[in-house]
Amino acid sequence: MVEGKRALILVGGYGTRLRPLTLSRPKPLVEFANKPILLHQIEALVDAGVTEVILAVSYRAKQMEEELTIEATKLGVNIIYSHETEPLGTAGPIALAKEHLSKSTKPFFVLNSDIICDFPFRELAKFHEDHGKEGTIVVTKVEEPSKYGVVVYDKTNCIQSFIEKPQEFISNKINAGLYILNPSVINRIDLKPTSIEKEVFPNMASDKQLYAFELKGFWMDVGQPKDFLTGMCLYLTHLRETNSQKLYKGPGVVGNVIVDPTATIGNNCQIGPNVTIGPGVVIEDGVCIKRSTILRGATICSNSWLESCIVGWKCHVGRWVRMEGSTVLGEDVIVKDETYINGGQVLPHKNIATSVPEPQIIM
Amino acid sequence: MLKAVILIGGPQKGTRFRPLSLDIPKPLFPVAGLPLVQHLIEACLAIEGLKEILLIGFYSSSQIQPFANEMQHQYNVTIKYLQEFIALGTAGGLYHFRDQIRFGNPEAFFVINGDVCSDFPLAELYTFHKEQMVNEKALVTIMGTEATRHQSLNYGCIVTNKETNEVTHYVEKPSSYVSTLINCGVYVFSPEIFQTIGAVNLKQQEHYRNGYSNGTKEAGYIQLEQEILAPLAGSGQIFALPVTNWWSQLKTAGSAIYANRHYLQLYKTKHPERLYNSSGAGGETCMIYPDVHIDRTAHIHPSAVLGPNVSIGPGVTIGAGVRIRESIVLSDATIEDHSLVLHSIIGRGSHVGRWARVEGTPSDPDPNKPFAKMENRPLFNKDGRLNPSITILGCSVSVPAETILLNSVVLPNKELSRSIKNEIIL
Repeated sequence: MVEGKRALILVGGYGTRLRPLTLSRPKPLVEFANKPILLHQIEALVDAGVTEVILAVSYRAKQMEEELTIEATKLGVNIIYSHETEPLGTAGPIALAKEHLSKSTKPFFVLNSDIICDFPFRELAKFHEDHGKEGTIVVTKVEEPSKYGVVVYDKTNCIQSFIEKPQEFISNKINAGLYILNPSVINRIDLKPTSIEKEVFPNMASDKQLYAFELKGFWMDVGQPKDFLTGMCLYLTHLRETNSQKLYKGPGVVGNVIVDPTATIGNNCQIGPNVTIGPGVVIEDGVCIKRSTILRGATICSNSWLESCIVGWKCHVGRWVRMEGSTVLGEDVIVKDETYINGGQVLPHKNIATSVPEPQIIM
Repeated sequence: MLKAVILIGGPQKGTRFRPLSLDIPKPLFPVAGLPLVQHLIEACLAIEGLKEILLIGFYSSSQIQPFANEMQHQYNVTIKYLQEFIALGTAGGLYHFRDQIRFGNPEAFFVINGDVCSDFPLAELYTFHKEQMVNEKALVTIMGTEATRHQSLNYGCIVTNKETNEVTHYVEKPSSYVSTLINCGVYVFSPEIFQTIGAVNLKQQEHYRNGYSNGTKEAGYIQLEQEILAPLAGSGQIFALPVTNWWSQLKTAGSAIYANRHYLQLYKTKHPERLYNSSGAGGETCMIYPDVHIDRTAHIHPSAVLGPNVSIGPGVTIGAGVRIRESIVLSDATIEDHSLVLHSIIGRGSHVGRWARVEGTPSDPDPNKPFAKMENRPLFNKDGRLNPSITILGCSVSVPAETILLNSVVLPNKELSRSIKNEIIL
């Protein structure tokens, strides 16, 4: 029997940055383009021949297990839950999963769970095999590297150093949060809260054991609402180029839009560009939606206008409502007719009866 | 025979009503579908025996005369515009045109400030005045109304003998509390008042002859409140009738929405035909929350939802799925599909693109204080920030599709290109 590849996904914490959505659902299960973020990753891993996925989880594992088991069976992948009883940082979970990861001498993938890109796992594995060293980090080019961990490497792609959130420009290549590591790396990690970026990788770099794989195509950390929406735009553009039949075509649609077949859209609407509409969503007549995600079971009533919003599950948005500015509605929020919400973050089950013209958290 | 004088002021006055008064004289600004001053004319015409209405002001004749002609034609009574060429003050203006006013020997005449909005109880006022005239001593009866202690300081304050309604003391805009009974700017005068004004005029002339300067004031400048009413107090010739009718002044643009609501309400009893009634109209009609006035020449899409308190002017086009509440839309404006207009005035010929949101902040009198009036707050607060008010588009302003215009004022002929919040756009 051919031994399958393995991967570890760092699911981890509470997903506070994606609140109020993560108050109702663990972040990996929040639908990105109508599919849980985690499933985008698992599907890509399975495509690349991964047969065993270890999820490093610490919070709400039960709900995740229930929902993922069905999907895992469909995909024919074995999912193992590795429970952290205390937060172990980004490296600790690797030590915790030692038993699973050191079963074989083959390298394994490691992923941060917030990453969306055109996952190049096959190319990554090939690249890793070719240079023959202990680890490979995927790097991606960004416009503003100062909020990320910058990676410096030579012409052979051998990594020299890491600079976390540099003040001065050093390079525009950053750690994309995707790695492939040999099991020998596990020996470099102690079972305690450890940062892979700050403690493990610098040591590997000084031993010349770490290489950079340059990512082609889009990449986004979708861990917070603003980036979630930006990532959605990039994803839909990518979908247009690679799998355009998945995009929705219909009256009033502008640009790249995906609509679940069970959603309904009224007359005289303008949907798009860059909109995803989930299962069972009802869009009434005369609605305009741009650059937004509407999650399962939500209703948008007639003549409303939405831009840059995430509308949570089962929300009810009234008529002539205007929402913009990265407004996020938690689960089952009711927005009354004719109100205006700008940059509101609304916690689940709230009833919004008066306008919120400036960005605000509504408890 | 009775007459009425309506004091309409001039272009130098009513600046707080900008930008709405930039392209139309304030007295002609339509509230509930009728020019402001036409509501006053209609109130005067309801008085039995009233034969003539004189509009006095210093707008150029070309601005007012066509309107006066139209009114005369429409109501079939004499309606004249008398243009002042120099500012003579309220009493000075009346005195200047005394021959016109006295012509035909009226028993009495009404004087009404042009920016007053009310369901004018003029008959009641005249009946009271006539009773006081029996012993030939009443020169003037002031219509009075209750105000809050705080707000009374912005008005002419009247102290009366509660039994006889005789005015015993009168102070215009006092700096400390005098009385909560205030002057509404609505009067009945006996023609003999001209002897009193004449005497003041004569005194001024003597004063001037004796070498005292008249200051910057024109010769013959006489203020009604300070120079006539205040000195008459206590003479037994001046009365004030307190009334409880609705009363407001149209000073700032923000008060137009409030006045609109009340005039629409008055239509219910006086002119129900002026209110939009969906059951009366044939075919598919739009959804209405009363009260709403729609000009017959306006085009409203059947899926639009209008009201309460909305006036739609002639030639206006309202698109599909539009929602309008607490607003005035002036002639030939266009509101495109799916847009929302709240607490706003949309200027003549303005254009609001689809899925736009035009919204202001209501500025009604404090509903929790009895007798509270419109606040007429200044444009800016003490910190130099714009006070949130209704949103006003001057004439021929264009609002792009999908934008929001919040608590803002846009001067005429402006093509906006972005969303605007809490700004004045020159």
